[in-house]
Formats: sequence, structure tokens, C-alpha cells
Amino acid sequence: MTTVEDAPAVAESEIGKSRRRKEDAHLVTGRTTWTDNMTLPGMVHLAILRSPMAHATITSIDTTEAKSRPGVLAVYTGQDFAETQGNLPCAWPVTPDMVNPGAPSLAVTQVNHVGEAVAVVAARTKAAAQDALEGIDVEYEPLPVILDMEAALADGAPLVHPNTTSNRSYTWVFEAGAAGTGAPIEDALSGAEVTLHRRFVQQRLMPAFMEPRSTVVQPMGDGVVVHSSTQIPHILRTMLALTLGIEEQKVRVIAPDVGGGFGGKIPVTPEEVITTLVARKLGKPAKYTESRSESLMSAHHGRDQLQDITITAKRDGTVTGLDVHLLADMGAYLRLVGPGVPILGAFMYNAIYKFPAYRFVCEGVFTTKTATDAYRGAGRPEATFAVERIMDELAVELGMDPMELRRKNWIKHEEFPFTTVCGLTYDSGNYEAATDKALELIGWDELRAEQKQRRERKDPVQLGLGISTFTEMCGLAPSRVLGSLAYGAGGWESASVRMLATGKVEVVTGASAHGQGHETAFAQIVADELGVAWEDVEIIHGDTQSSPKGLDTYGSRSLAVGGIAIVKAAEKVVAKAKKIAAHLLEANEDDLDFAGGSFSVKGSPGSSVSIGEVAFATFLAHNLPDGVEPSLDSDAVYDPENFSFPHGTHLCAVDVDTETGEVKIRKYVCVDDIGVPINPLIVEGQVHGGLAQGIAQALFEEAVYDESGNLTTGTFVDYTLPSASDLPSFTTDRTETASTTNPLGVKGVGEAGTIASTPAVVNAVVDALRPFGVNDIRMPATPERVWRAIHGGSTEDRAEAGTTAYGGASMSTSNGEGGAL
Amino acid sequence: MTRINLNVDGVAYTDEVEPRMLLVHYLREQVGKIGTVVGCDTSNCGACTVELDGQSVKSCTVLAVQADGGEVTTIEGLAAADGTLHPVQQAFHENHALQCGFCTPGMIMAVRDLLKDNPNPTEDEVREGIEGNLCRCTGYQNIVKAAQAVAGVKA
Repeated sequence: MTTVEDAPAVAESEIGKSRRRKEDAHLVTGRTTWTDNMTLPGMVHLAILRSPMAHATITSIDTTEAKSRPGVLAVYTGQDFAETQGNLPCAWPVTPDMVNPGAPSLAVTQVNHVGEAVAVVAARTKAAAQDALEGIDVEYEPLPVILDMEAALADGAPLVHPNTTSNRSYTWVFEAGAAGTGAPIEDALSGAEVTLHRRFVQQRLMPAFMEPRSTVVQPMGDGVVVHSSTQIPHILRTMLALTLGIEEQKVRVIAPDVGGGFGGKIPVTPEEVITTLVARKLGKPAKYTESRSESLMSAHHGRDQLQDITITAKRDGTVTGLDVHLLADMGAYLRLVGPGVPILGAFMYNAIYKFPAYRFVCEGVFTTKTATDAYRGAGRPEATFAVERIMDELAVELGMDPMELRRKNWIKHEEFPFTTVCGLTYDSGNYEAATDKALELIGWDELRAEQKQRRERKDPVQLGLGISTFTEMCGLAPSRVLGSLAYGAGGWESASVRMLATGKVEVVTGASAHGQGHETAFAQIVADELGVAWEDVEIIHGDTQSSPKGLDTYGSRSLAVGGIAIVKAAEKVVAKAKKIAAHLLEANEDDLDFAGGSFSVKGSPGSSVSIGEVAFATFLAHNLPDGVEPSLDSDAVYDPENFSFPHGTHLCAVDVDTETGEVKIRKYVCVDDIGVPINPLIVEGQVHGGLAQGIAQALFEEAVYDESGNLTTGTFVDYTLPSASDLPSFTTDRTETASTTNPLGVKGVGEAGTIASTPAVVNAVVDALRPFGVNDIRMPATPERVWRAIHGGSTEDRAEAGTTAYGGASMSTSNGEGGAL
Repeated sequence: MTRINLNVDGVAYTDEVEPRMLLVHYLREQVGKIGTVVGCDTSNCGACTVELDGQSVKSCTVLAVQADGGEVTTIEGLAAADGTLHPVQQAFHENHALQCGFCTPGMIMAVRDLLKDNPNPTEDEVREGIEGNLCRCTGYQNIVKAAQAVAGVKA
């Protein structure tokens, strides 16, 4: 116990400080624990034979020669695991009649996309396993390749899966009139003064996390320890148990250092199941690590939607309705949350605007391509793109300034909380403030003046200005909302706060990080809650044995849900400590204040006890109040009442060389409102990385299939991840409107940059090209596409020409040109 | 099998390797230098960048036998014996130039190499200098900042 003369100084808040990350020390020195780093005694190495065919019946597999190769312990095919492998889980049956044809980890009788696993070799070394793949002889009977979603849905189209009657997995409908949250869409459509329709193509993307996926499985008695490069150790544990019929308590999953995910490490993967099966079969630890080219064809892809969007408005610019029809390519199989990804966008097309009427229809379609699932933003980037693009087109149609059109229709700051046409309640926001700040930072008026001059003098390099005023829903999610959407899990998060005898603190979280900086940001939160040094707080995560309960990291949920669970647990620690502190200070509990890590008696500041001292007294347990257990440790599970709604204004200025088609980002300014930042340095980093990925969709990346269903962007040579020299320096800033639905006022920032940036860039490119009669351009806006848009002389909607994700067959363009746009 | 002699991070190693073995696999699997990682199979990502005889190389494009007699420095050999970080490592930490950290070993080796050739690079020179190394997390802005911060320290 400490007796001091003066009241303890109120400690400076840790929240809001740009603390350098705790995570960095081992990452900058190479002392890492990537799954592939792991070697266990007796471990066998796996190599997987993958289908070279997009769609075929397996007529025979001969593994004799492979089995006879030196160092090979076993070769297994789908037939060997047909009874044991189950089906890869899909946890989101978005409609009661959604068709899920099943998804084997190793193909048994049929392959449905190039890269599907067909056989696995287990050998003493990785090289021996890979060499032995040559000794497996598979005969395939080709089936029709199905790449185009509209063709896949046509009458008489060949089926991807023989056990279905159509390539349509589901049709999901939301109509605000029917839901009682808005006016009937038919009225808006029939009574519209202005109606504008566009078709946008969300090209197929690849998450392309830098660490290839890896799994090491160690059989332990009748259970397993699974090390995997996954975003979801907790969900993986439950799902592996259900899929393979191993009792859940016998499965321990560890996600050690995980090198990025971006949604790409969300599903339960074929490789995780196969490695587990082989390890159990051989009774030896087994490791599988994919190569990059395997990763690109087997790990799920993202986006790949055709968006038909119709907006209605009055002549004065007031929007009156929005009608959205999506075709969403599921690829060959339904992965963990794949069918729900476009549905996550369903409530975001109306964005920040006061649409009175709204309809959203989404059809999930099977094709013979790699499955799709979550990729950073998951449904919300697609929604934001479509609405922000069509707002620009509406502005042109009405002869209005695109920002004025937005201002006229967005929710004013004094109108919050605001219930949208989808029935969501946006708790807070200030679109005016973010927009005004962004306009000033970029020098909008000066740029407009320059644009005018350059247009007048027919400068070969034209300036384009693009806007994206966005919001998103994140902090996944209120469990009852997920329940109403038929999602197969809740949205809560779990935390434990443990006071150690020495006054140090351990925090267990179910939010398992893979680069975000949880260990630093969570420590800052706990430091403020308990009044301890942030360095004294250790964050434990990523192992179902030490952090047994959780729902993991995705959907910008770790802080807005997991962080609040930590706050709730810490509050319980303080409440327990207060009882003991009162006893130690011989005071009434109600007379105690807790500040800066110390309990003191109100009105008698000289007498105080620190929480560390209380922790030690609790450890000793020599002198505790009657009936009080000797522990301050506390758990909390937090289920959010609402989503959080970050928003912001992103502005982009591009120079477009009309002679070469090259697009160069001259200036990119974003002002994001993510509520209260815990660590501004980490926030800024998240925004930077998000912007890079959103800009990459606009300008660089596309997964391309040829007409035979081969992935032709199967390496980093062809799939053009931007390098440092492809990107500009961004100007990032913030406004701060605290969320009113959680005690920290936080919203989430992991996906904002990706969600917002793509339409800002494309709007800028189209803006530069308007004098050439161009009113759309397909993503990515490569120099070739830009050049063609200018020189094709076509004013047609270039986006109507299909997407290269559909293969060569449907590549002819709307103005009759052949070849890729 | 072929016998090779290498010095890796100041320690001499003699090993038998298959002639086809890549330097990166030798470093990871035989020497245990797991700090150096493999991110692709086409020499695009640069995650495996190490220094070989004073030159920065992508260790997935060098055979172990080609490095015979050579001196290799990996990310694990940069910090001082007392644990003091190399200035580039320190700058990455100070400037939040890493998130997941998978590209970081290669990126730090590439920045270190760039600064040896050009101690005071402009932003564009840094961006061009590291374009052989891919990062999916940071958007590169803070990596560029870190590189220039080191340059500032040296200047």
C-alpha cells in the first residue's frame, strides 16, 4: 500500500497515441513463426496433384509408379478419402433453397476447375513428394467449360454439377417496399422523371496475401494439433471437427504468425482437410505448403460480379429509387461464406444517400472456375463502386456537378441517427465535414480550373477528377442480424483479462490477427482501462488452447467487437479489484475512486492502493474480504447491438495520356471518419494498404481465364500486383465522429480504403475521358483499355462487353471489335 | 550430391546438397535460416532477398551450388550481437513500414542494398529501387518513408 501526499497525477491516455508496434521486433529480425517454418520429428511432406482441366470426369487414376518412387510413403486419391473427407463447409446458406452441390477436398469422380486437388503424395522430403507427382497418371473425359454467368443460366446450359438442375445456386431478394423499410421500387421506376441504367463489371480478383498458405498437422492420440496459416483458428477448429467427425475437444488449432489474409485465409481449405487426413492416416506429422501458382488457382478469388443498376431521380437531382440486380460468380463450389459475400453488399448500395425506394436481387451462379469468397471489403467495395459510379453518370445526365448531386442526397449530419431504406440505423457521421476537408486538401477548385484549361488546349495528357463519398458497415456483427441472414454463426467476440501477481496483465482475445497490430492496439486499450503501462500488457491469441473462444478476424471487427469485449472484461477486473481495495483501505467500496491505476478514498486522496498492489494482495490471499475469491481475472463476451459505419470522402486526380492510354495518379486524398482512433499510426497504415488494394482493382489486377478455363494469370508475372513504383504517396487525414453504439466510440478501419478507393479512381479516369465521349471503362483500366476507349470512338457502355473472367468465347465487344477490352 | 562451403551470417557451413537445390531452400531447410521466406515461384516478390558476396540477390534464383565459397547475409544477420537493430530494421519499426511482416525480411535487405548504392535517394528512386519486392499490406508509403529516414540519419 502506498501513502502519498498528493493525489496521483491523472495518467495520460494511451488511446490516441501512435505507439510503435509490439509485433515488429520478431518480424524485422526474421525470428518468425510462419507455419512453413515448422519442422516436427518424423514429419512427412505433401505435394498435391492438381487438375489441368476446367471440367472433366475422372475416368481413371493410376498411382502405382508414384508409390514406387524413393522416399514416397503414400499416395492418396479422392477415392481413398471418399468416405472420410466429408464436404468443405459453407456456413452461409443465404436462402432456404440455396443449392449446395457439395465440395470434396480431393476430387472423387469429377473436377470442376483448373487447380482442383486430385491426388496427394506424402514423402520424406518436399522434393521427393513433388517429383512423385509425375508418376501419377490421371485420365480425364472432358466436359463443357462454363465460364460466362449469363450463359450458365441460359435454358439448356450444360451443368457444372451433375447433381443439380441448374447452375443457379440461389436468388436472394430484398425489396424495401415489401420489407416495410421504404417505398415500393415499382412506383419509383414507373413514376421516374429520370431513369438511368448501367451495367458494371466487378472483375475477378485474387487476395494475394504474401505468405502462401501452409498447414502442419500433428496427430496427438485420437486428436490433432493443426497449425495453419489461417484467419480463423476458432472457426476452423469447429468446422474441421464437424467435417471430419473428430470430436471438437480433440482438435487444437494454432495460427502462428500469419502473413496477411485480406479475406483470403477465411475458408476451411481443401489443403487443411487433406493434410489432416494424411497425418491421421499415417500417424505422422504432415506438412503442406502451397507454391504461389498453386495458391493463385486454388485459394479462393474475390469479386466477379455483373452489376445491373438502375437509378431514378427527379430533374432537380433528388434521387427516388435504386434497383440492383447482381449475378455473382460462386465459381465451382460454395466456400465458407462465399454465397453471403454479395449479400454483405446488399445493404450498402444506398450508401450515404436518402433513397426512398430500393431493391436488391442477387443470383449466385456456378461456373467452372476457382471458388470465390471474401476479399477485403467483401460485397461492400462492389456496392460502393456501383453507386458511386452511377451517381457520377446521373450528374452528367442531369448536367449537375457530381459533388453537388451527392450533397443534395446524402444524410445531413444533424439527421443522425438515421434509419436507411434497408432498415439499418447509421448511428453517426458527418459527411459534410469529411468532404470539405478533402476538397481543401486536394485543392479541388484549382484542379477543376486546370482541367478546363487542359481540355481547351487539347492537352494530350488530360486531367480527370474522381469522387467517392462512401460509408460501410463493419464490426461484424450483431448475432441476431446474422441470424436473420441465415449466417451459421454469431458475431460476438470473447476476451479475458488476467492480473498477474507482479501487476502485469495478460489479455486473451478471440480476434486472431494476421498483420493488423492487435497486440499493440489492444494493449493500449487495456492500459487505459486498468491504468497500467501498455508495455506491461501481453496479448494472447491465435491458439484454441490458450484462447479457447473466439470468432476471429475479418470484416473490420477486431476492434469494434473484440476491443469492446476487452473493455468489458477489464471493467469486471476493476470491479473485483475495487472490493479488495476497499478492504485494504478500510473504506467503503462506494467511497473509492479509480483513476490512473489507483484506488483512492474520495475526499482523502492521501490514501490509495494501486491495481498492481491489489493484484499482489489477491495473489497472496492472506487478507481478502469474506466471501471474495482470490482472483481478479475476468471474462467477457460482447455481442454488438449494431454495426459500425465508418465513412469518408476520397478524391483522386489522374493524368491520362490520351496517346498511350497510361493512367497516372497525380494526387490521392482521403479523409476517413473511423471514429476514435486507438493508434493513429496503425490506422494510417491500414488506410494506405486498403487504398493500394482498391486502386489495384481500378488500374492493375484481374484474374483472367482463357476459353478452356485455364487461369492465365496464374503467377505474379501475369497477375499484376502493384509495386512501389506503380503507386503514389497518399494524403490521408481524418475527421472524428465517435460511434455512439460502443463505449470506445470506434468504428473499424481495415477495409475502408479498399471499399472507397476503386470508384474514386475510375470516376477520375472516366472524367478525364468525357470529352472523348467515353462514359465508362472496364476495370482494370489498363493503358490498352483506356486507349481503346478513346480511339474506338465508341460512346457505348464499354462495360457491357463481358469480362475476361468469362474466357475468350464471349470477348467480342459491343462495337464489334474482337479481343480483350 | 555436391559439397558446398558457405559462410552464412558469420558462421561457416559445409553441406551436401542436390545440385538443383535453390539457395533459399538450402538456407531455410538445411541451415535453419527460416527468417528468409518464399513468397512466389517466379522471382517476382523478392521475399527471399539476401545478400550474397556484397550483392543483393533473390535467393530463389540462385542455386545453392552457385553460392559455394560465398558469403551470405540474411535478415537474421543484420542486428548487432547485443541485439541492437540495424538502422534499416529500426527505421521499419519507427515508421510502421510493416504489417504482416512476410515481405519484410526481403524488403529490408532490398532497402539496405539500395542505400548502399544510393545513400540519399529521392522518393522516386526508392520506389524504383524496391520495385522488385512486393508488399500487399502497406501500400509501400511507410516503406519509402523508412528508407528515406535511414538516408536522413546517414546524411
